[in-house]
Order: sequence, then structure tokens, then C-alpha cells
Amino acid sequence: MSDLVLNISGVNKRFGGLQALSDVGVKIRRGTIYGLIGPNGAGKTTFFNVITGLYTPDSGTFELGGKPYAPTEVHKVAEAGIARTFQNIRLFPDMTVLENVMVGRHVRTRAGGWGAVLRTKATLAEESAIRARAQELLDYVGVVRYADYQARTLPYGDQRRLEIARALATDPKLLALDEPAAGMNATEKVALRGLLERIGKDGITILLIEHDVKLVLGLCDRVTVLDYGKVIAEGTPAEVQRSAAVIEAYLGGAHKDVATKEAA
Amino acid sequence: MSLFFPALNGRPGAERIARTATIALLIAAPFIIGPFGAAWVRALAFAALYVMLALGLNIVVGFAGLLDLGYIAFYAVGAYTYALLASPHLTENFPGLAHAIPHGLHLAIWLVIPLGAGLAALFGILLGTPVLKLRGDYLAIVTLGFGEIIRIFLNNLNQPLNLTNGPQGITMIDSASLGPIYFGKPYDVFGLFRMPPVYMYYYLLVAIAIVAIGVVARLQDSRIGRAWMAIREDDIAAKAMGINVRNIKLLAFALGATFGGVAGALFSAFQGFVSPESFSLMESIIVLSMVVLGGIGHIPGVVFGAVLLSLFPELLRHTVVPVQQQLFGRVLIDAEVLRMLLYGIAMVAVMLYRPKGLWPAPQHGLATPPGGQKARAMT
Repeated sequence: MSDLVLNISGVNKRFGGLQALSDVGVKIRRGTIYGLIGPNGAGKTTFFNVITGLYTPDSGTFELGGKPYAPTEVHKVAEAGIARTFQNIRLFPDMTVLENVMVGRHVRTRAGGWGAVLRTKATLAEESAIRARAQELLDYVGVVRYADYQARTLPYGDQRRLEIARALATDPKLLALDEPAAGMNATEKVALRGLLERIGKDGITILLIEHDVKLVLGLCDRVTVLDYGKVIAEGTPAEVQRSAAVIEAYLGGAHKDVATKEAA
Repeated sequence: MSLFFPALNGRPGAERIARTATIALLIAAPFIIGPFGAAWVRALAFAALYVMLALGLNIVVGFAGLLDLGYIAFYAVGAYTYALLASPHLTENFPGLAHAIPHGLHLAIWLVIPLGAGLAALFGILLGTPVLKLRGDYLAIVTLGFGEIIRIFLNNLNQPLNLTNGPQGITMIDSASLGPIYFGKPYDVFGLFRMPPVYMYYYLLVAIAIVAIGVVARLQDSRIGRAWMAIREDDIAAKAMGINVRNIKLLAFALGATFGGVAGALFSAFQGFVSPESFSLMESIIVLSMVVLGGIGHIPGVVFGAVLLSLFPELLRHTVVPVQQQLFGRVLIDAEVLRMLLYGIAMVAVMLYRPKGLWPAPQHGLATPPGGQKARAMT
């Protein structure tokens, strides 16, 4: 199904005695926002790290945009079209905000050592284009006023937006966000939701890990729930909310009978 | 000039004045210092060579953040490439070659420089490929080993075939020539006066050093320069953004090696003689000190460090001996020993009080934006 931007199945990952992921997979359709939720330690970030090449899986099939890809080298995965952000925000702290996003353009541009030294017309044109696109993206996410400031000086919420802008600069097929709302207050979450909805509407497929259930329910088209490395539910937010397995995972066995009510 | 003094940015008039003044000073320098002895002009010429070396090492250490303790090996490659291709050594030791090339091997330096640079770059890639996955200290030790290996090879490759002439080195190396101008003998300047070869080399080396500064500045402010900085800051994030970290690090190695190779060929022509002694571990460390002391990653700082650390021992040698004679009637501490002592003290002092170097890079990017936080450590 070429309508699937990401088609992953059968992922297993073991760390010594711990089976971190057991037969995990997702199928994400183009233009949708897909959520990956689950209690702490369920394996969400591990799964992210597997699909982006940071960890090597023990097994699994991986397809991006209908074509198989090998999640062995991180930079190749980015080149193929998955751009990610990190749970702990990994910006380039001493570079300016604009430069952070310009680095995001690296993978789609070509100027090398010769171009840099000789400053050919082609190189200069490319640099201009990189700078312009970076400014555009900063404006898109709402941090263009910080363009010339060091990335480390930005307020927390804006650092997250910057990380998203940098990821968007790679022209990804899939934007993979690892807990983008972590550490944000209610107002910031509303703004983030607006940004993500806009990104989705502009045709970019999003996969996000998130703890804030309300955000996920409101934003995502479909959701997969992990617990102890296994998929325990998959479907629309409404379906997943009502799943007994999910409620048990989050609230414990005593609350199984809450199945018909909305989960907290 | 605004590279050196950012305050000049956006003030083209002032920048032009600064540039003219600097160029005038550089042109006049040998005539100002010359009367004190040709050795001083020679020292200035060597300072220009060290500037090239320090800039090259800065690409590896400062831009890409890779600790290289054997950088001098690339200098050696460049030097011996020219030495072998522009001296009687090979034709004397290989009669077959002497028959094939009756006029002897006297390749022009402008042909050899690209060759030497290319060969050095090749060695850089050969060294870099297996070792780049090593971290910090381990990379340092391996590069140190490589530097020593090159020196030992040069020292021993005189049997069974005498390729490098071992510890005796290679002599009678051709001087450079630039069109009709031959750097081996004094040059008649418009019939007004005769410029000694050391002056001519000074101008040549300073000119090439200035080109080197331009090249490195352009590299820094480019897509590749940003990639190096990104890798230095967070190599996992850099990878996640699609940067092929391994290849970009290799590029740094290769480019740094190229600078070393070019400087080596020029050194060979200048000195007329090369031996493995000039390419010891100590030399690698001296070049590294120039980078670190001057201002790691900061081009003006590196240039400053190179000039300071190459001229300082000369100054020392000329003052320490007479001063001690005056004070004590004899020389208590040898100039060399004192130099090492002061080196050590300088290193410790810089690490304690100015760890980013004597002329560190100014803060990159503006500081506290409205609503933001002071530049403190990121979580």
C-alpha cells in the first residue's frame, strides 16, 4: 500500500535479559498524525531509536514511502526521509538559531570543500537558498525573532519549536517527535498542538510519542499503545480509550470496569 | 580583516585602512628586522610556515574536534615528496633512474605542491578511515603512533633500497622558482638593490599563509564548516539530521593533511635539506600548542598562537644567553631548557586561566533574548 508512509512490523529488540520490544509495528498513512503512547518504560523511545537507526533491531521489516529501508545508519535514515526530535532536546547549543536550521538543510544540499573554498556561483546560490529556507522555517514555527541568538538562550518551549524547524528542514517524509510536549505548560501545549495540526495539514506525516493523553486524543488520527514492549491496542483514540487492556495498563487492574467511561 | 577584528564589520573604510596597514607592515617587516640579522627574517619566514601548519591542524582539532597528536606526519610527507622529486638523491641512488632522466629530477615546486598535498591527503584518509570511530584519548594515541611511524619509516628507509637516506636526510634540494625568479640566489630588484633569498622566501611564505587564512575562513563559513561545528556540538543530533559524520570527519583529516603537505613542500625548498629530525613528536605537540594556546577553533587566535610560539624561542635565545652572562658571568640555564620550562608554565597557566586560548572566539550569536535565559548549560 503506497499510501502508507511508514510500514513497520515484527520489530524485536532485546537488551541482555530484557525484551524491550516484542513484535512491535506501526502502519502510518500519509498525511495523518499518529500517536505512540504507553506508560513509562513501555519501549516507545526504544522503538523510535530502532526505526531511526540508533539501535539495531533483532528483527523487523521496515518500509518508508513504500520502499524498504535499512535502519542501520542514522544519517541514511534521515536521508531516506525520517526526521526526528529528541526527548531531551538535542540542539546545537552554541550555534545560532538560524544556523541550527541551516544544518537541517545539509542532507538536501551538496556544496563540498571545493565549493566552499572557490565560492562558485552554484555554491553561493545554494547558500542563499539554505539561508532563505531556514528563515522561512523559523517563521513557520514561530521563532524567527530569535534567528541570530545562540540556541542555548532560547526559552524551553521555543527550543522545542526550533528542534521541529530543524527536523522540517530535512524535507522529511515522516516527522518523528519524541515527547514534543514534555515540560510544557497548558498554554504552550495548546500552541504546540496548533503547530502540529498545521504541519499535518500541510501534508507532512507525523509520528509522535507523547504522555499527555488529552493532547494525543485531540491531535492524533490513530494511536498505538505499548506496554512492556508489546502492542496492547491500536486504533483511533476513541477506540483505544475504551480498550480494557489500555485502561489496565495505565490505571491498574482494579479499574477494568471503567471501560465504558472516558479514561482520565 | 574583519575576520581578525569583527569590530570592523560593516565599516569598509576602516577595514580598508586596516588591511592596507597590515599589508604595508608585512612588506616592510624584513627591511625593519633585517638589519638585526638575517636570522630574524628567517624566523619570520618560519612563522609563516607554522601559521599554515597551525591552520591545517585547526581544521582537525578546532573545527571537527578531533585530537590529532601526529599531525607533523603530513608535513613530513609534503617535505619528502619535494625532496625526492627535486634533488639528486634518487638519481644518485638509482642508476636506472639516472639513465631514464638524464637531466636529473628537478620538478618545479608548483607541480610538486599539488602532488605533495594530494599524497598527504591520501595518507590523511588512510589514517582516518580506521580510527575515526575512536573517541578522544584513543584517537589521540593512534594519531601519535601514526606520526611516529612516519618518522621511523623516514629514518629507516635507507635499506635495502635507499629511498629516504635515513637519518642523514636529503640535501641539495632545489630552491623554488616563480617564473623567471629563482629563489636560490639574490634577486636584482629593478637594479636598485639585491634581495637575499631569505627575503624572497619570506614574501612567498607570507603570501601563501594569507591564502591559507582565506581558505580556512571560507571553509568555516560554509555548509561543511557548519557540519563540522554541528558534529562538535552533538554528533548524534548531527547524524539524525543526515550528516554523514564519518565522511565529514575524514574530510577534515584530509584537508588538514593537505595544509601540512603544502607547508612541507615549501619547507623543503626553503631549507634545502630535510631529515627525520624535523618531524618528531615534539613538533606535532608544538603545532598543537600553537592552536590551543592561540585560541582553538578561532582563526585569528591560531595565527596569533603560531606567530607567538615560533618567534618566542628565537627571542628567548637571543636574550637569555647574554642576560645570564651579564648576571651570573656564565650561562646557568640553556636557552633550550628554559624554553621548555616556559612552555610548560605557559601551558599550565593557559589551562588554568584562559582555557579557550589567549585569543578565543568571541561569543557566537547574540546572548540573552527577551524572555530567554542567560547562556547557561543546556540540560
